[in-house]
Amino acid sequence: MVKAILPAVRALIVLTLLVGVIYPLLVTVGGQVFFAREANGSLIEVDGIIVGSELVGQQSDDPRYFWWRPSAVDYMQGSNLEALGSSGATNYGVTNETLDTLVTERQTAFVDANDLPDSVDVPAEMLFASGSGLDPHISPAAARLQIDRVAEARDLDREQVADLVERYVEKPQLGFLGEPRVNVLRLNIALDALE
Amino acid sequence: MGTLEFVQIGVYLVLLILCVPLLGGYMAKVFVGDKTLLTPIIRPLENGLYRLIGTNPNDEQNWQQYTFALLAFNILGFIILFLLQLFQGVLPLNPAKLPSVEPLLAFNTATSFMTNTNWQAYGGETTVSYLTQMMGLNVQNFVSAATGIAVVIAMTRGLARRSGETIGNFWVDLVRSTLYILLPLSLILAVLLVSQGVVQNFDDYVPATTLSGESQLLPQGPAASQIAIKQLGTNGGGFFNTNSTHPYENPTPLSNFLEMFAILLIPAALTYTYGKMVGSVRQGWVIFAAMLILFIVGLSIMLVSEYQHNSVYDVTGVMEGKETRHGITNSMLWGAATTAASNGSVNAMHSSFAPLTGGIALLNIMLGEIIFGGVGAGLYGMLIFVILTVFLAGLMVGRTPEYLGKKIEAREVKLAITAILLPSASILLFSALASVTDAGLDSRTNMGPHGLTEILYGFSSGAGNNGSAFAGLDASTPFYTILIGIAIWIGRFGIILPALAIAGSMVKKRVAPPSPGTFPTDTPLFIILLISVILIVGALTFFPALSLGPIVEHLLMDAGQTF
Repeated sequence: MVKAILPAVRALIVLTLLVGVIYPLLVTVGGQVFFAREANGSLIEVDGIIVGSELVGQQSDDPRYFWWRPSAVDYMQGSNLEALGSSGATNYGVTNETLDTLVTERQTAFVDANDLPDSVDVPAEMLFASGSGLDPHISPAAARLQIDRVAEARDLDREQVADLVERYVEKPQLGFLGEPRVNVLRLNIALDALE
Repeated sequence: MGTLEFVQIGVYLVLLILCVPLLGGYMAKVFVGDKTLLTPIIRPLENGLYRLIGTNPNDEQNWQQYTFALLAFNILGFIILFLLQLFQGVLPLNPAKLPSVEPLLAFNTATSFMTNTNWQAYGGETTVSYLTQMMGLNVQNFVSAATGIAVVIAMTRGLARRSGETIGNFWVDLVRSTLYILLPLSLILAVLLVSQGVVQNFDDYVPATTLSGESQLLPQGPAASQIAIKQLGTNGGGFFNTNSTHPYENPTPLSNFLEMFAILLIPAALTYTYGKMVGSVRQGWVIFAAMLILFIVGLSIMLVSEYQHNSVYDVTGVMEGKETRHGITNSMLWGAATTAASNGSVNAMHSSFAPLTGGIALLNIMLGEIIFGGVGAGLYGMLIFVILTVFLAGLMVGRTPEYLGKKIEAREVKLAITAILLPSASILLFSALASVTDAGLDSRTNMGPHGLTEILYGFSSGAGNNGSAFAGLDASTPFYTILIGIAIWIGRFGIILPALAIAGSMVKKRVAPPSPGTFPTDTPLFIILLISVILIVGALTFFPALSLGPIVEHLLMDAGQTF
């Protein structure tokens, strides 16, 4: 019995060293050497302060900024070492009453805030929360609908803001993968830089 | 759906089909012991590992010895992972100062990672330290996948060998799966993922000050190395709470494509390995074809259902639980792949899919995780259905059923039925228990038929060793932690043990030359029969439950009903 168990003990030890220590270290070295920025969280600094990550969305109701999607976890805003933030979704089913109410409220809020006609089709991602609660993107259509509000709040020329939005529209990757989108944090930082 | 959407799905499927003979042929060489491209580099390391483990690679085991080695290794891995979580609070590499994991949750997590399930009753960034992730969860990601491959290779030998009693050496199969297949593929994928923005470091969590002046603590860690194997090994346990919806886990459409491709790569290629090893690649392609057809039919229903106009919100394309960069089509393709293949990682929240979309995801799991299925696990599960199909075809024409020239007799059929019944019974019985007790019902987030689907999905995911969730269900309660934990054990070893026992009895059987009465198992007719048997068994078992969950929810949704 013991003789049969011994190989199991030894196998677990050597494989743990191989795939549990050496393998992650190799990937870390490779990642840090070749893709240091990406491996360390794609952080964005403005004036020496880390304002966030290119990959992680934020929350804003400031009319001077473009807005992100609704989030089940408020984009981990207010999180710190004493109160860790977490990614998260609502997991509401499509027949959930609460979701129905929320969507109606968001529809009205978005139309009102951006002074849009009632007949406008609000892009679905602005009505529904993302899977991660941290979605950094919105669709180009959702960004365009916010241009007037942002331009007015900043006292900027509409054309100037519209040009900026178009410059930040990302096409499907490699020409065919994924969806066209706008990285809201990068757009907002560029907007701040205009002034 | 536009042209680009069809192009993405087309590229995915074509690339997959092209890789089947390439990787499948390579894996066959590895397990037969032939020289491969990597042999000169890996062979010295491989021999070193055999010496350290203390096994002679030429010593073969009969099925009982093989099973004992497998169980000893797996149970030991379970214990170590359990202890690692219990003591992570005082162990190093814990920058977020996370406390030790509660014992019940640690039991559930250790069970689920040891069995290749990777059900997440915990949130990665708030529950487990870097050390637990790397030396615990990550290690089981590798070895549970290698265990699955070992079992199917042993079963293949049982069917293919012309004489003898032995079915291989577990330690050799374990080491070769890890060194020649999982490790090289993971290294490549992990570095590609880092290039796209998946984090890979040992830094502290990074405090940021957002544009609105609020604090935002950004979690870090050795994520890419773990995500690569969790996709390739059909494990699916995320580094972060929301798995591959998290932008640090799956940041770009390209990372999404690579991770999604990794889900089906090895399970699909193993069909070719199987064909090579039994001496007829047609036998492998037949199984691949049955899997591919079931996959495409399921995917099509999911797409149609999700793109249907939703009358509750007056919206086409509900985005709840989905990420902008992935959109709807990629969420469907991933959803189909991850449930077909017992992977369980998600790039969108399944609970928020349209009712029939979620219903197909659930059915994929309920059918036994055999549409490609888990690494190794999918194919040995499928071979059990093949045996059943051969048996039923034999009954229909009134001849002794044979497979690959070997007679299928009462013992094999009983074992096959056991392997099919045990997981199905645990899904239905545990769900029934949950549906009539407060402990079961209190965990629901959604009411109405969707609540029942949450419960069904939880136990199916456990018993199918899938690990994805209708995550509205609060599975952190003792009721679910324990019962889903048990379902996971049944779903893993309730199939592995019969599969190895079948290998043990088949290996001893003589091969009879094919006669005019032999039912050929490498024809389109057999593909149709196999698919029919899978669907009939699945439908008979689960249709009543599905009709009370997703199907009735779909009808009510169309009538505008909410709960």
